[in-house]
Order: sequence, then structure tokens, then C-alpha cells
Amino acid sequence: MQYMLLIYTNEAEMAARKPGELSAMTQGYTEFTQSIVRSGNYRSGEALEPTSTATTVHVRDGKVLQTDGPYAETKEQLGGFYLVEAQDLDEATKMAARIPGAERGYVEVRPVRVFTKPT
Amino acid sequence: MSIEPSQIERVFREERGRILATLIRFVGEIDVAEEALAAAFEAALLQWPAEGMPDNPRAWLVRASRNKVIDRVRRERVAAEKLPELERAALEDGVVWASVDGAAVEDDRLRLIFTCCHPALNVEAQVALTLRILGGLGTEEIARAFLVPSATMGQRIVRAKAKIRAARIPYRIPEAEDLPERLDAVLAVLYLIFNEGYAAGSGERLVRADLCVEAIRLGRLLVELLPERAEPAALLGLMLLTDARRATRVDAEGVSVLLEDQDRSLWDAEQIREGLALVNAALRKGPAGTYAIQAAIAALHAEARTAADTDWPQIASLYSLLLRRHPSPVVELNRAVAVAMADGCEAGLLIVERLIDADVLPGYHWLPAARADLLRRLRRFTEAEAAYRQARALAGNATDQRFLERRIAEVLAVLQRHSGG
Repeated sequence: MQYMLLIYTNEAEMAARKPGELSAMTQGYTEFTQSIVRSGNYRSGEALEPTSTATTVHVRDGKVLQTDGPYAETKEQLGGFYLVEAQDLDEATKMAARIPGAERGYVEVRPVRVFTKPT
Repeated sequence: MSIEPSQIERVFREERGRILATLIRFVGEIDVAEEALAAAFEAALLQWPAEGMPDNPRAWLVRASRNKVIDRVRRERVAAEKLPELERAALEDGVVWASVDGAAVEDDRLRLIFTCCHPALNVEAQVALTLRILGGLGTEEIARAFLVPSATMGQRIVRAKAKIRAARIPYRIPEAEDLPERLDAVLAVLYLIFNEGYAAGSGERLVRADLCVEAIRLGRLLVELLPERAEPAALLGLMLLTDARRATRVDAEGVSVLLEDQDRSLWDAEQIREGLALVNAALRKGPAGTYAIQAAIAALHAEARTAADTDWPQIASLYSLLLRRHPSPVVELNRAVAVAMADGCEAGLLIVERLIDADVLPGYHWLPAARADLLRRLRRFTEAEAAYRQARALAGNATDQRFLERRIAEVLAVLQRHSGG
């Protein structure tokens, strides 16, 4: 079963970090990614540019509207994700707890929906 | 040989949890297992009076439930990949027998407990699921006990089951490294159910007493399933010792009775004996956790012949110990009461007033009530009356309100005597 691990961190706090802290964090992410690649849980994962670069699109009455910024203003922002394969929620939450971002931010664990084939 | 319906119902009550736990493992879904078991019970009600009670009613019910599941899967053509496995298991009676006897079944019940109390579910959902699935209580009953509309409780249960399914919350006994933490969550749910029943302030008294009974029953189950752990025994002991006093907590007029004024001859001696044995066993098994400390305090109360006979210094030091493990203003308030009994009312009042100044328990009526009580004993009646009135204004349930009103009247009578004489 697949789970999406959505990493929410405070961008402002992240931007204010010292270079030493940042390289330690990068190192932490590299090690985590390698470990779940090795264990066979990794499916994909990316870091995102900050929400200041986000554009939100919606279509109403056939008209495409774009707004500058993220869908919702929140204290922490979605900064990256992993898509992982896990046996069950316990395995997924244990992986989530090992993501460096979980230490100061939050990782939301969402099961990927399985569509059953129509009979 | 004829079978009374009450006999069959007793079998259902006793076997329900075990069978459901095993069925859930087989079919993988709580809803499907519950429906199948209900259908099997119906079948038993029809067949057993005619054909006699089967030699092994549990195995009969498991087999019948499983057949109902297979019928359903065939009919609805859902989860078709499960069918071969289920059919094979149903055909092999050996599997049925092996799965309804012995350790495997006990493991299933533990699995069920840990799934219902999984930390990925919020506490309200954990409580609701535990009572519904493990306790076999109806949604309506649970809703009444927790004073929420039946529809709300129904939704809570449906949502929790849907999350278990969609997020794949495992049906598994936690690994050794996770067990202490996960067990804490289970114990917290049981204690919450117990306290909800024991607080018995508002709502229908009978239903709420049922919650105590249910929490104790589940506590017994946990002790039986995890005999080597200290904390389940400590919690069960604590619940039994507390519940032993239930009959004396409210008088004939529906007024709360303080521990010191309770008729100790009416405390349930059998429950106290069992509770004391459990507490002693828990304390022998390992370092005292928070339930063991609370149980030790309850044991000291239970062992004292009168309130004055109570080992208050020991109780005060146990509250200090508890406070270090689990800092909480309510524990501090309890310590204040014990200190007042051990070292005098002034010493207790000092702690109570520090709590009031810190404003850490806003709206908690027992805080001004405790202050009022100490002031009354110190014969500072005018201040006592004002504090009782504060407590009365905050009290949310009728038994405590009546108790506080009675105290106000008593203090007023003293004040009038003083001014008159």
C-alpha cells in the first residue's frame, strides 16, 4: 500500500537558518532518502520551491483564474513530499518520524486511494 | 433437552468478543465481521433450541459467521480475491478448531484492543470503538453515556472504522519496543471510560454505572491477556478499589458524600480484597507507575477503618511522588487535602491558595470547595461561605450542587448563631 508523506515546515524559520544547520539538514534528508531506497520503500520524493513561487488555479464558469500564492495561508507550508510503499500505517508513520522535517515541522501521512476495478 | 433463550444469550455475551476478534483477523474488516456475527447469532437462536446446544458453541458460531461472510462475498462479488482463502479455511475444520481455541484467540483479542486504541485515532474515537467493538455496547447506549446525540456517536464510529480500513491501521500486537507506549494508550482509554462512569454527575446514573462495570470488565481482560505487565494489574486494582466505594458516594437524598463521611461498612469488601491483591502484585512486578501510585493511595483509604485512622502522611508523600511523575494541578489539589489531614489545615490551605493564585484550574468547582472546607475547619466561616458559593456557582451537576448548598446552609447557621449569641 502506498502513502504520501507531506512535509510541512515553517519557510521563514527555514530561511533564517545558518549554513551549518542547513547542510546538516540536507545531509539528514540524503541519508533518509538513501535508507528508504535501500529498504525498497521509496517510490518518489521531491522538495518544493517556497510558497512565494506558488500559483493557485481555479476554473469557474469555464474561466481560468490564477492567484499568486498558495491555496491556504498556514503557519507551516508544504515544502516537500515522499511517496512510499508501506505494509500498514504503523510502518508509514515510523518512516514519517524519521524525516528531518518532522523534528520542527509536521509530516502528514495520507494513504493513497486504491480504486477497485468495476466488475 | 431444551435450551432457555437466556442460556443462549449468556453464551453470546461471553463469546462475542473472542469470536469477533478472530473473525476480524479472517475477514480483514470490522463491519463485515460484525454483520456476519450478528447473522450467526440469529441462526443460533433459531437452531439451538431445536437441535440442542452444540458441543463447542464458540466453534459453531465462528463457522456460521464465516459461512455468512462467504455467502456475502459470493452475493456481492466484492473482494473476490479473499474468497479462495476463506473457503479453504471454512472447509478445513482443523483450521476452525485451531483458530477458536488456545493462544491464537487470546492474541486476536489483544490485536483488537490495540487497534481500537490506536494512536492514529483521536481519543473520543478510541473510547467509542472500544465500547462498541470490545464491549459490545450499542451506539445508542454509548451516546447516552457520553451525553452526545446518537447520530454524532454513530458518525464517530463510522468515521473511525473507515479510517482503520482506508489508512490500513494494522490488526496487530505492537512490537516489544512500542508496547509500553501503546499499552499506556489502552490503559488511558479504560481509565477514561471508568472515570466517565464514576464522575456520574449528570445524565442517567444507571448507564454511567455501566461504564464502570464495562471498564472493569475490560481491565480484567487486559490483565488476563498481559499477565506479566504491572500496569494493567495496577489499573484494575485502582478501579476496583475506587468502585468499591460507589454505593456510599451519594446519600439517599442524592447529595455527594465526602470520603471522610462515607459509611465504610457499606464499601464492597470483596472488591477491596481483590483490588488490594492486584495492587500488591503490581508493586511486586516492577517500579510503580502512575496507576500503581494511585492504586496504592486508594489501598490506604480502603484499609483505614475511619477517616482519622488513615495514613495521611503516607498518602501525602504518594501524591508528591505522583506529582513528580505526572505534574497536574488536580493531583496537587489532592495532595493539599492529604497535607491538611497530615500537617494541619493551614499547611493544606497554603497549597490550595497557591493553586488559586496560579489560576491553573479555572472552572473546577472542587478547588474553591476544598478551600472552603479548609476555611470552615479553621472556623473562618465568613470566608468559607463565600468560597462555597463560588464552588456552587461552578458545579455542573446536581449531586455536587446539593452538597455545596447543604454546606452553605451549615456555615450560615453557625454564623447566625454567632451573631445572635
